[in-house]
Amino acid sequence: MSNAIDELQAIIAELKSELEEQKTCTRNARERIERMSAEVVDSNPYSRLMALQRMNIVKDYERIRDKAVAIVGVGGVGSVTADMLTRCGIGKLILFDYDKVELANMNRLFFTPDQAGLSKVEAAARTLSFINPDVRIETHNYNITTVDNFDKFLSTISESGMQQGQPVDLVLSCVDNFEARMAINAACNENNLNWFESGVSENAVSGHIQFIRPGDTACFACAPPLVVAENIDERTLKREGVCAASLPTTMGITAGLLVQNALKYLLNFGEVSDYLGYNALNDFFPKMTLKPNTQCDDRHCLQRQKEFQERPKPVLQQVEEVSDEPLHASNDWGIELVADDAPVAEQAPKATDTANVASGLRLAYEAPEKEAVDQAGHAAAGDGMPETSLEDLMAQMKSM
Amino acid sequence: MVDDSTRKTLSNIPLLQIRAGPREKDIWVQRLKEEYQALIKYVENNKQSGSDWFRLESNKEGTKWFGKCWYMHNLLKYEFDVEFDIPVTYPTTAPEIALPELDGKTAKMYRGGKICLTDHFKPLWARNVPKFGIAHAMALGLAPWLAVEIPDLIEKGVITYKDNC
Repeated sequence: MSNAIDELQAIIAELKSELEEQKTCTRNARERIERMSAEVVDSNPYSRLMALQRMNIVKDYERIRDKAVAIVGVGGVGSVTADMLTRCGIGKLILFDYDKVELANMNRLFFTPDQAGLSKVEAAARTLSFINPDVRIETHNYNITTVDNFDKFLSTISESGMQQGQPVDLVLSCVDNFEARMAINAACNENNLNWFESGVSENAVSGHIQFIRPGDTACFACAPPLVVAENIDERTLKREGVCAASLPTTMGITAGLLVQNALKYLLNFGEVSDYLGYNALNDFFPKMTLKPNTQCDDRHCLQRQKEFQERPKPVLQQVEEVSDEPLHASNDWGIELVADDAPVAEQAPKATDTANVASGLRLAYEAPEKEAVDQAGHAAAGDGMPETSLEDLMAQMKSM
Repeated sequence: MVDDSTRKTLSNIPLLQIRAGPREKDIWVQRLKEEYQALIKYVENNKQSGSDWFRLESNKEGTKWFGKCWYMHNLLKYEFDVEFDIPVTYPTTAPEIALPELDGKTAKMYRGGKICLTDHFKPLWARNVPKFGIAHAMALGLAPWLAVEIPDLIEKGVITYKDNC
């Protein structure tokens, strides 16, 4: 009996010392900082960021602390995006993801093997608040595309900004599927929120970012998704047995392009790209602007377009073309530029047609023909059937 | 690409007309009726041609669907639970059909057992909004997936025949 007590006491002592060790670890994390200082000392986490002001790149960098950003999808791109914004001292991050960390994610950045099994938002929140305790982090662990969750998502991005009741300043889409992108698109059109779409191709060798300002630039439903033309022969593309490949490089680069443009937008410096592609195979970065589709299926998009038309436009400063040098030595696609004098930003009319897409880009698929519903040939559902109630139909299906 | 037999199956499923998602409460009911009518017709067609292969039902809002699908291989019947949610952006985006019990057993799946569709499915769906419905998603998405994956999984010993189904 006394032997057992001794043993237990020894175990307690061991655990106590382990706990003490753990406590010292966390104590090494820094305290919150009230104001960003520009003082150049080793102990100031913001000195190199505040130096951007001195170098005349950014006016009043500290405005970043008043910005709230929602990140949807905390995977290969989203986690790195959150990491970068956290290190930049963003005011608030709202993270959405319904997935768990898995060992299969370890070829990407940010998450560590000991986090396997944790929800991605929870694991990310812990790491991020350790890196920078000044950032307010809010997590949402659900799939935004289902009916119940979508309403929660909608109210969160429109009311959980820096001040309660205010919308977030920017939404960043780092999801990996069309359904979630369309859901974000619907939410941002409805709430009139600017957002960036981002993506990496399933074969891991291209990526893109797209800035969507409802009514001003094409929304995600205006045209089939614009993707980087990889110029890989479909027949040599092996996809047997797998859904998707991924590389930490392509994802890190895409996250970098995304955050760079988000920072430029939030802090008003430089030029924000409307669409920027990245072809990893030949290091090509196609760029273009997409105008909204006046026939868009999303009625909120049409509403935003109408509002945008009615709004007075600020006079744009003409940006001088930088160089007349040919951009590329080789021209694998055999693309010819028709007019050379138009700046890139005005090149594209409605991108519903592959012909209107900048070189090195293509539409994911051909745009469906508008209103070409063939009523004639096909028997439509319900034709020739007596008017039945939904309950009857459900019962009929169930009894089959 | 879509093969001839799938094309034939498809042409016998009624097309839908109402473009409405689950957030548009009033017209969604109309769409839901069309969905059920198309599904009933599709199951009837399958029964007639001796290729009956699934049953589905939904919650009363028509936003959550569940049921069974089965696949015959060497005269044995392999049965699986099917489930999916109707996304808020439906019918612009297709439902993501899942077979949860096969999650982790094949690479041709996304998390939660959502089946990995071919490159041709989404463009085809997009060109046929709002005419395609759940019945079309089953015929074009799940049926070809089962036909390719199940024999392979059986051969690898990943799934075995259960007597009770």
